Amino acid sequence: MPAVADNLFKALADPTRRAIFEHLARDGEQTVHALTGRAGVSQPAVSKHLTVLKRAKLVRHRRAGRETHYRAHPDALAPMFDWLNHYGAFWRDRFDELESLLKRMEP
Amino acid sequence: MSNPAEVSQSLIVERLFPHPPEKLWRALTESTLLAQWMMKNDFEPTPGHKFQFRADPMPNWNGIVDCEVLVVEPQKQLSYNWGVGGGESGLQWVVLWTLTPAEGGTHVRMEQSGFTLDQQAAYQGAKYGWQKFIANLEHVLGELQ
Repeated sequence: MPAVADNLFKALADPTRRAIFEHLARDGEQTVHALTGRAGVSQPAVSKHLTVLKRAKLVRHRRAGRETHYRAHPDALAPMFDWLNHYGAFWRDRFDELESLLKRMEP
Repeated sequence: MSNPAEVSQSLIVERLFPHPPEKLWRALTESTLLAQWMMKNDFEPTPGHKFQFRADPMPNWNGIVDCEVLVVEPQKQLSYNWGVGGGESGLQWVVLWTLTPAEGGTHVRMEQSGFTLDQQAAYQGAKYGWQKFIANLEHVLGELQ
């Protein structure tokens, strides 16, 4: 079993963070203020979620005056896709083992 | 980057086995048989039963998968959650086995889905959430290309 891209999975484990990421990926760059209107949680909570997403490199930010603008960085999902593909191979191997066990078992 | 649609497909593994569902069910649920094709385990086919799969440790993984039986429908469906990394900081997945009688044997479908830190939501909420997320991503990434 391959190593886990820990920060990435933990960042995406929360439905609110997934929603924030999707929103940024779909609608482009947003401020925390604009995101708060959509997320249905408080501004400090959105900021906290953004920090987790930043740590996982799923979002990037730039400051413009007093506002910080956030945008999605979907390339950061690549390790997750790799990991899922590895798991696919893991299960196909298990299926092969299951097949040979079934042949050995009494009918 | 990989296509998310393909990725979500890679977590569904299906195969037709030329054996009856009764035999498949034994291989999936009898601990000693399960050990021969999966990993050493203390599985019991009882909803709520907590068990572990144990493999040889390797870098970045202690070799232990913490599981809890969610659904047992003899010869039809078996589901358990699949936790890697231990405790509340670990990663939770749900593994769902579906057996369907087919001409010449049994169609076996394995679906691994959902990641959540909330065990309560592991079966219903997170499964839906994860698949919806992948579906949305496919849509979003399609538009970006």
